[in-house]
Amino acid sequence: MTRMGFFTDTSICIGCKACEVACKEWNDVPDDGLNFLGTSYDNTGALGADTWRHVAFVERPRGGSAPPSSPPVNGQDAGSSPAADALDTGSAGVRWLMSSDVCKHCTHAACLDVCPTGALFRTEFDTVVVQQDVCNGCGYCVPACPFGVIDKRESDGRVWKCTLCYDRLKSDMTPACAKACPTQSIQFGPLDELRDRAAGRLGVLREAGVSEAHLYGADDNDGVGGFGAFFLLLDAPEVYGLPPDPVVTTRDLPRMWRAAAGAALALVGAVAAACARPR
Amino acid sequence: MGSNMAECHPVGFQWVMEAKARGARVIHVDPRFTRTSALADTFVALRAGSDIAFLGAIVNHILTTGREFREYVAAYTNASAIISEDYEDTEDLDGLFSGWDPETQTYDPTSWQYAGMPAAPSAGTKESSPQGEAHGYGSKLEGAEPPATDPTLEHPRCVFQILKRHFARYTPELVEEVCGVPKARFLEVAEALCDNSNRERTSAICYAVGWTQHTVGVQYIRTAAIIQLLLGNMGRPGGGILALRGHASIQGSTDIPTLYNILPGYMPMPHAARHGTLDDYIAANTAPAGFWGHADAYFISLLKAWWGDAATADNDYCYDYLPFITGDHSSYRTIVDMADGKVPGFFVLGQNPAVGSANGKLHRAALAELEWLVVRDLVEIETATFWKDGPEIDTGELRTADIGTEVFFLPAAAHTEKDGSFTQTQRMLQWHHKAVEPEGDCRSELWFYWHLGRIIREKLAGSTDARDRPVLDLAWDYPLLGQTGEPDAEAVLREINGVGPDGRTVGGYTELKADGSTACGCWIYSGCYADEVNQPARRKPASEQDRVALEWGWAWPANRRILYNRASADPSGRPWSERKRLVWWDGDAQRWTGHDVPDFVIDKPPDYEPPEGAEAEHALRGDEPFIMQTDGKGWLFVPSGLVDGPLPTHYEPHESPFSNPLYAQQANPARQTYRRRDNRYNNGNGAVDYPFVMTTYRLTEHHTAGGMSRFLARLSELQPEMFCEVSPALAAERGLVNGGWATITSARSAIEARVLVTERVKPLRVQGRDLHQVGLPYHWGWKGLSTGDAANDLFPLALDPNVHIQEVKAATCDIAPGRRARA
Repeated sequence: MTRMGFFTDTSICIGCKACEVACKEWNDVPDDGLNFLGTSYDNTGALGADTWRHVAFVERPRGGSAPPSSPPVNGQDAGSSPAADALDTGSAGVRWLMSSDVCKHCTHAACLDVCPTGALFRTEFDTVVVQQDVCNGCGYCVPACPFGVIDKRESDGRVWKCTLCYDRLKSDMTPACAKACPTQSIQFGPLDELRDRAAGRLGVLREAGVSEAHLYGADDNDGVGGFGAFFLLLDAPEVYGLPPDPVVTTRDLPRMWRAAAGAALALVGAVAAACARPR
Repeated sequence: MGSNMAECHPVGFQWVMEAKARGARVIHVDPRFTRTSALADTFVALRAGSDIAFLGAIVNHILTTGREFREYVAAYTNASAIISEDYEDTEDLDGLFSGWDPETQTYDPTSWQYAGMPAAPSAGTKESSPQGEAHGYGSKLEGAEPPATDPTLEHPRCVFQILKRHFARYTPELVEEVCGVPKARFLEVAEALCDNSNRERTSAICYAVGWTQHTVGVQYIRTAAIIQLLLGNMGRPGGGILALRGHASIQGSTDIPTLYNILPGYMPMPHAARHGTLDDYIAANTAPAGFWGHADAYFISLLKAWWGDAATADNDYCYDYLPFITGDHSSYRTIVDMADGKVPGFFVLGQNPAVGSANGKLHRAALAELEWLVVRDLVEIETATFWKDGPEIDTGELRTADIGTEVFFLPAAAHTEKDGSFTQTQRMLQWHHKAVEPEGDCRSELWFYWHLGRIIREKLAGSTDARDRPVLDLAWDYPLLGQTGEPDAEAVLREINGVGPDGRTVGGYTELKADGSTACGCWIYSGCYADEVNQPARRKPASEQDRVALEWGWAWPANRRILYNRASADPSGRPWSERKRLVWWDGDAQRWTGHDVPDFVIDKPPDYEPPEGAEAEHALRGDEPFIMQTDGKGWLFVPSGLVDGPLPTHYEPHESPFSNPLYAQQANPARQTYRRRDNRYNNGNGAVDYPFVMTTYRLTEHHTAGGMSRFLARLSELQPEMFCEVSPALAAERGLVNGGWATITSARSAIEARVLVTERVKPLRVQGRDLHQVGLPYHWGWKGLSTGDAANDLFPLALDPNVHIQEVKAATCDIAPGRRARA
């Protein structure tokens, strides 16, 4: 079947968090704790077992250091950029970036690779989903994810993440977050179509002088073979708390296994040789 | 301006984003950099409470650079009208208009009239009420055309010249001094607006309670009206002034009002001193020209809808069954009277005044003086429990044992649990169908009031007391549905639409009669059930109709989507431009036609001149688009209807750390105040005791006073605590730490909040010094999952005199680190 996915265009996100609420309503995800985090308007913090959509709020002063409410990620500060100049003609000297993060539904999904029970599987829509009745809570998938998306719910021991609303897709419905998004910042559809649309949108923004706009996760040759849920960002990925160059954590496994197998063979050979030596 | 549309109206803001994607430029002017600012092309920070200085300077910029749409202004506005020679401006009287009576603290508006025209008595409503209560529509004149005009706009007393003089000192330099907006930033906005407003292009202005919640709130919007009339942006597609309403049907709640001084369709409530008989009322409220010339038909049809067969010509259609007002009975006046023990009972529906209204402490003290209180809500809100767990119980100021108020809490049904209509900001009615049955004892408002009426009528049955007749004679006969006996909401909508002598629904308000043969619950909604069809329930997809989409829902009046759209064509009836064509005169068919429903008499030609003795709409010429106005003009200058002046003037907020640099008159002289021990003001040395400006607002994550959001985990976790927003500079000055606690104090109270230090709030340079502003979302109270102190406790009752709205968008405060003191 056609690969389905999300295109999240952060240039038109208004930070309303309707995606977070709609996701929780449809999927019956419990609350993630009522904690005032003091990080701009983000009181969710990060994706996790109880947060499958997360809107990041990043306040970026032009020049100078980041404000106390949003410490720079990885100690970096993009400072003034052509993109910032184009988007902020205001006098406040501040940009407020908003972006709704979600599971990337990677082409090469490490979580799926390492799952020993088959609870994680690739659906007919080419999305990656946990079967909750199969998951045994081993947690191998948690460190395997290069984005820190999949997470164990302490109350029941199993892992949870975005299903790209597998049940809704099966009924030919739009996922809850995309359906609720008022500005179509979250778009759902066949991945090929979304990539075409994203390329067009990028062209429009670039033409308008937003030279730092770029697509994140739309490249089949990246470390995870491209995302099923990709993004248009207005600053470096790390500004949004995203890895700049994600790599499927199982990428080196074959080589490692080959090396291990070689070593094992060598050991077996050595033992055999030792045993075979005439006494 | 005055709106944070992306956060407070995110669903409507999708269309702003759509417009932006098509090339529109979005400008946001606000005290804070909000989620709206983040998406705007241009953001300008200004001091809370200084908008008239900013807007007035745009008026001045338009006039001094000659950027007005001259043909439009000359033909469609009252720019040419000559004003009475008794009129004196704020420029002459240092901040006062002529007619000010220092003793009663009110204006006599006689001198604001058109020269040669007697003043309309309906505007002078103040004689029996020191604060005045606004007329329903407030704009009646005693004659149709202004008696004296100067089409060249050169006469020194014509409106155009008065306007020029009035705003002459509103310069970019003044904007810099008063608003804290650099000159260049102001000019950028003014130029952008002028460049985008002409024959080919139009600009829209959106506002919300950031403009209304001031002691000069009505005049804020008036200033925008002047700008839009000068630039020719009214009655044209892409233009207008859009009032973004605070709830799903707040527009509906003024159309079919929950207000004390108007009846459905903006007809005034009868006043005991002036409208003793039906004839008095009709005479006072029927305009000589325009569609208010049929006020008798609208009013008598309303009485027929309410009292049915009991309303006859012989008994003046039960006119004396209506309640009559004697003065100001507005919400805050009632609360003050309640605090003084003068109000025995109170119904609270869809409101949470214990934390949601200005000066919450005064409200809670007032509620404790009631004999009984009825609260209907989805959850047990603070207003229902103030007597056992309010802040004053904690501090010992109130003791539960001493509070005699009997509280009845009744569970309400949500909009998903009942049929009904919402009227949104475009005056569009949209029907919603019940999705699920309400649980347990939850019931709709319609159910509650209908059955309350039924029970009262049953108790009064057989009474011979004349005072019981208004209740016993009511037409109270909607069909009841289902096991709960829910009145049929569609039957109510049908009554609102109105029926003719044949018992069938009328097609619109032009069919209403003053002879008792028609009945109509709200004349402006007439047509919403035309052809016996629930018109608001229409949902024809956009793909199956043109962009005006006349078959999606139904907009009052007469399904017109843009009001006064005759102004989209020039005086001769041709569109101002092909690009902006909407409604035009078809000479062959001798009719108005176009994409929208023409807001004009359909066959009145552009060159129509009213014959001698013509009345109502027939007394307006064919080139006068503002058909609800007695003179058919858009009013740059308001000769009648406002109690605080015919032109907007910059006054400082009631509480301000600055003095008014323009006039000796500091604040709106006509503003409504309550000088009481429980409503203290900081009017003395404000800049020392309370040096900062505070302003309240909403967040996307919560709904107003929190009843619909603080009790839900999925919303509460997104904004879990009350917080305040401060700049890094203020944080450094006062030792505030991001994520820590702050105590904010005013002359009324002290509250605590978590601190959010953000670059989005910046100090402004005002009158030569740095001004810090403190941002306070007002969603919180002590109940629910997400709790916190109520920002409204900090604010006083200081009101706009026209509409009695509280000033909670600008007042003075201080802020210190740490939590507030506890008892």
